[in-house]
Amino acid sequence: MALLSDPVIFIANWIENLLLGWGLAPLLVTIIMDLLGAGIISVAMLLLVVILIVLERKLIGRLQGRFGPNRVGPYGLLQTIPDMIKIFTKEYITPQGADIFIYNLAPIMATSAVLLLWAVIPYAPRVVGSDINVGVLYLVAVGALGTLAILLAGFSSNNKYALLGAFRTVAQMISYEVPMVLALLVPVILARSMGVNEIVNAQYVWYVILAPLATLILFITAMAEVGRAPFDLLEAESEIVAGFHIEYSGLKFGFFYVAEFLHAFTISGVIVAMFFGGWRGPGAETYPILGFIYFMIKTFLIYFGTIWVRGSLPRVRIDQLLGFGWKILVPVALTLVIFTAVAEKMMFLMAATVIVRILVHLVINLLLVLVLIVIFRAQEARRPLRKPVAEPRTVALGRHSVPPESPSA
Amino acid sequence: MVSNWLFIGIFLLIVAIFPGAPILIAYFLAPRKPNSLKSQIYECGIETVGDTWVQFKVQYYNFALTFLIFDVEIVFLFPWAIAFNQLSIFGVLAGVLFLVILFAELLAAWQKGALEWV
Repeated sequence: MALLSDPVIFIANWIENLLLGWGLAPLLVTIIMDLLGAGIISVAMLLLVVILIVLERKLIGRLQGRFGPNRVGPYGLLQTIPDMIKIFTKEYITPQGADIFIYNLAPIMATSAVLLLWAVIPYAPRVVGSDINVGVLYLVAVGALGTLAILLAGFSSNNKYALLGAFRTVAQMISYEVPMVLALLVPVILARSMGVNEIVNAQYVWYVILAPLATLILFITAMAEVGRAPFDLLEAESEIVAGFHIEYSGLKFGFFYVAEFLHAFTISGVIVAMFFGGWRGPGAETYPILGFIYFMIKTFLIYFGTIWVRGSLPRVRIDQLLGFGWKILVPVALTLVIFTAVAEKMMFLMAATVIVRILVHLVINLLLVLVLIVIFRAQEARRPLRKPVAEPRTVALGRHSVPPESPSA
Repeated sequence: MVSNWLFIGIFLLIVAIFPGAPILIAYFLAPRKPNSLKSQIYECGIETVGDTWVQFKVQYYNFALTFLIFDVEIVFLFPWAIAFNQLSIFGVLAGVLFLVILFAELLAAWQKGALEWV
């Protein structure tokens, strides 16, 4: 029964006891268990990308009114396997003059940065890679490694367009780092701790109900950090000719591709852990396997949300993007943090009940959303959209349209 | 505590090796026929003109500088956000004042044109 309801802890304890029974030192046993855990997480995530890619392609296809891939396997679900075989067997064309070490390091670093994020997210009630108490800071810092990898890729490719693409990518990502960290600060204030495990444990009610605006800001800024549409200026074919990964081919490009999809899924996992209660759900405490299932379902739902947004919205320009990030998101996030902090402290001092807390936080968020809507309406009123002028135009058939006024020369 | 960071250290080693292994495998599986024409730098289908490390706009520097200021601010906010239970209301208001000053900084940068792209 324990195996079925709590498989990870059961198997981990079994292996640990086995290794200790063989007489290994406890430190060595810890290291071996950590190696196993890390290896399982990495392999599982890299294999999960296979499912994510085909899921995304089929969903995008459906959103665009067509089938996705539907030839390989039942309903096209095995599409990624021939894709992977193709990418494995493509030639590595290294551009001349490229900085070899950094050129090869960049895709590895991009994937590593994404895989490292999974070390601190709790999958089930007692299953977490590493329960450090600065989890949120770790998430932000390691997420920035991905940005660095992109800059390295663009810089070492010895290509003007890759360099410009890399600069733009970094400008976009740092502009959205500030509102993202501010939005991540809201659950930290509500849970009084930076550790992701503690934030999940402290969610007596999902934080999305307490702070929906913070969820929305985190959703938007996280998509901008990953570089997904509508913020996918970095790799848009028509804008900057594939951006920082122009000069990459074969599996190195494949790893950038994998890193992008996995980063989108990881950021969905982070949003779920911060705002949607992670593994929490009915019966998750007593049957931890249910916790894992809830976590996966919620993450896939948020991932579906990101795909939905990708399929629905057009790409934004770089100046619109930066303007939106700095001029709208940062003030709103700052105001939200200020109000949340003051309200939380007042209610802590007055020892308010749960319902009062929920209502007060919800009201603050909704008021800020109203303020945002009013600002947007005012902006639109100042810049009215041009209405298309529709005059009926008569077409003179078989006759010149020039009026017969000029005398003959 | 140390064991948590030990896990992250080991994880770092694993994720540095795991993407490297398929890339090495692909070195053996993929054809290798380097060609001087294939290795040329891409420039929209024509021959490359000029140096690679071109001058870039100064707006990148502006945005990076503004980001630096705000990044340091939000790093300072993390300890304040955690110590909520121990702070008095005055402590919370001190933090709020810090945030308000930074809000004013954002408005000042906006006014000076540091947030313009064009």
